[in-house]
Amino acid sequence: MYHKEKSIQIKNSASALYNNLSVLRIAPRRLTHFTVVHANMVNMVSASWDGLNYTHRQLQSKEPNVATSTSLIMQAAFCVLPSRDLLVVTSQKGIQMYESDGSIMVYWHALDTPETPTAQAVFARGIAAVYENYICVGVSSGAILVFDVPSKGSNITLSEVLEEHKESITDMASECSGSQECIANLVTADDGGNLCVWKSGEEFQLLNKIPGFDMSCSSVKLWKGTVVAGYGTGQIRLYEAVTGILHAEINAHARWIYSVDIAPFSGLLLSAAEDSLVRVWHMTITPETNSVEVVHLHNECVTDTQICGAKFCDGDGYAFAVTGYDLSEIIRYIQS
Amino acid sequence: MSSRTLPLLFINLGGEMLYILDQRLRAQNIPADKAKKVMNDIITTMFNKKFLEELFKPQELYSKKALRTVFDRLAHASIMRLNQASMDKLYDLMTMAFKYQVLLCPRPKDILLVSFNHMDAIKDFVKDTPSILSQVDETYRQLIEMYTPLSSGEFQLIRQTLLIFFQDMHIRVSIFLKDKVQNSNGRFVLPTSGPVPHGTQVPGLIRIFSCTGEEITRLKFNNGGNYTTALREGSFDIFGDRVTKLGTNMYSVSRPVETHMSGTSKNSAQHTKVSAAPNPLAKEELNLLARLMGGLEVQKPGNTDTDFRINLFATDEEEEEALISRPDELSYGVINIQATKDQQANAELAKIMGEFTESGDQSPSVSNKGDDLLAMMDGL
Repeated sequence: MYHKEKSIQIKNSASALYNNLSVLRIAPRRLTHFTVVHANMVNMVSASWDGLNYTHRQLQSKEPNVATSTSLIMQAAFCVLPSRDLLVVTSQKGIQMYESDGSIMVYWHALDTPETPTAQAVFARGIAAVYENYICVGVSSGAILVFDVPSKGSNITLSEVLEEHKESITDMASECSGSQECIANLVTADDGGNLCVWKSGEEFQLLNKIPGFDMSCSSVKLWKGTVVAGYGTGQIRLYEAVTGILHAEINAHARWIYSVDIAPFSGLLLSAAEDSLVRVWHMTITPETNSVEVVHLHNECVTDTQICGAKFCDGDGYAFAVTGYDLSEIIRYIQS
Repeated sequence: MSSRTLPLLFINLGGEMLYILDQRLRAQNIPADKAKKVMNDIITTMFNKKFLEELFKPQELYSKKALRTVFDRLAHASIMRLNQASMDKLYDLMTMAFKYQVLLCPRPKDILLVSFNHMDAIKDFVKDTPSILSQVDETYRQLIEMYTPLSSGEFQLIRQTLLIFFQDMHIRVSIFLKDKVQNSNGRFVLPTSGPVPHGTQVPGLIRIFSCTGEEITRLKFNNGGNYTTALREGSFDIFGDRVTKLGTNMYSVSRPVETHMSGTSKNSAQHTKVSAAPNPLAKEELNLLARLMGGLEVQKPGNTDTDFRINLFATDEEEEEALISRPDELSYGVINIQATKDQQANAELAKIMGEFTESGDQSPSVSNKGDDLLAMMDGL
């Protein structure tokens, strides 16, 4: 179903972090940006579609104007809003937002880091762009910071802090079907596997809480009102977001899942784990009849590699890209 | 990232070090009483109360350089001497072994079982010496107290922190190559077969449920591997069967332990070059290091009657050759902090501290820390 394409080399190897690959497709310029986190740096590579040009850039996690600050990055993700695209980088010290090509930092938000380290780690992790002009970022305390993003410029403001989760945020996702009819448009996940479902607005509204079973949910997506969650046990579960009804449970992987992704136009689902496997599934979701179907389509084994990031490169799922711990390349696959 | 990583890193690396030293002591036919003294001295130093107190405090992981300094000191906590090349090789073996164990752990929580395997072996080394035994038992209690309440997600954070520490290390170890757990490119073999971790189901099943919770459909799929159901869970108590073999002594059978330097990394840009210039972060690290090492009582060097040298290579010539041919990017750049009241060393340290204040960073805490640091060095 898929075959391996030419890999893209990156300047450093990928670190073992959840969801460690972000992809932004820029059709008008016929190129795609990829970001991969290595310790305290983000490796960005922009690949032209003809495969001839690759430009590299590295972003560091530094507080502006402070030379000595060094902190490990937890996640880097592109946020696509109606009026602009931004690259958000979360670390132990705070949250940075850049223009999507990584050229200029437009916003910095510092986390409250204690003077001497505490037993509970401090960091930001979990990034999502939410309808209409919000960027949400999770924090290790369980709090979710909601930033209001203007259509241009750097006047980004912290609009709200949502305090519902009691454990560290792992990932979050906004409704990606493009449908305006979905009531819920954000799902957030934490280390205990708990999922919160929200409706965005001037004040975000909590619609539902789906309890975890003390098993960390490391990656989550929301599509057609259905939450797709990947867990540390290697299971994937599909829940109806607003009601919490469990539609499907898949014993998908033999190790901790690091990434799930959905191609919204085709309903393809991608899952990747520490067990070296990337799997492709197909979901059929009919919200009107409340029916969900999932079938398994394809496996790719990245030999001797613990995968840490896997994303579709386009909305149909025609191509996908994969990163692995200690690997200095982005491996690509396209449909045969 | 996780501020609870250092104790696990230290205990596991220390455990590996003891396995290797024990094997070399036997291979070099060091008299039993001397060998025992070496092991006891090192273990006593490792589990020194003050040292452990510092170790267990919440803190970020040290750099490779700083940690290497601690282990240098530890290895010399006895009448045994090691040349630079042997110390380098010892550290390579220790770190690659623990990297292997961390990667192969089925669940992040299993790193604690690996730590207990090391602890169990250490306990066995000192089973005839009650005073040290009680220190070791106390450490078990501290480990259990600190780590058993942690969630799976918190353990994964610890594991991810450790993996950043081990990032890009691909030194080939002959015992691993022989056992086919490491490839010739230095990467470890990750099998897609064997028992799944405790708490995980064998992949291959899709279950669809109705709105009322009844299972409507069951679909099987090919998982592309050869997995079996999970084994029973290992014990997280002071005693018990840990079930996993990771962290047990793989040097029990006498085999020469070689590491291969050449062809380790095609792209040397991968390794962060150790900068010679003092950087402001180093002062923070020196402080931590000083506090930590304040607890390490070290023998004065040089009683030639009882001292002896351990060689991690087959011959002295090989050892010399290894030192000369070690690639730059793999040098550990040990921080030289001497135990003796060395005027020059103190002056060096003072100079480094002075350079930080010169740069305009006039906060009073800087000079206070510097004074404390010098005082600590004097007291060693």
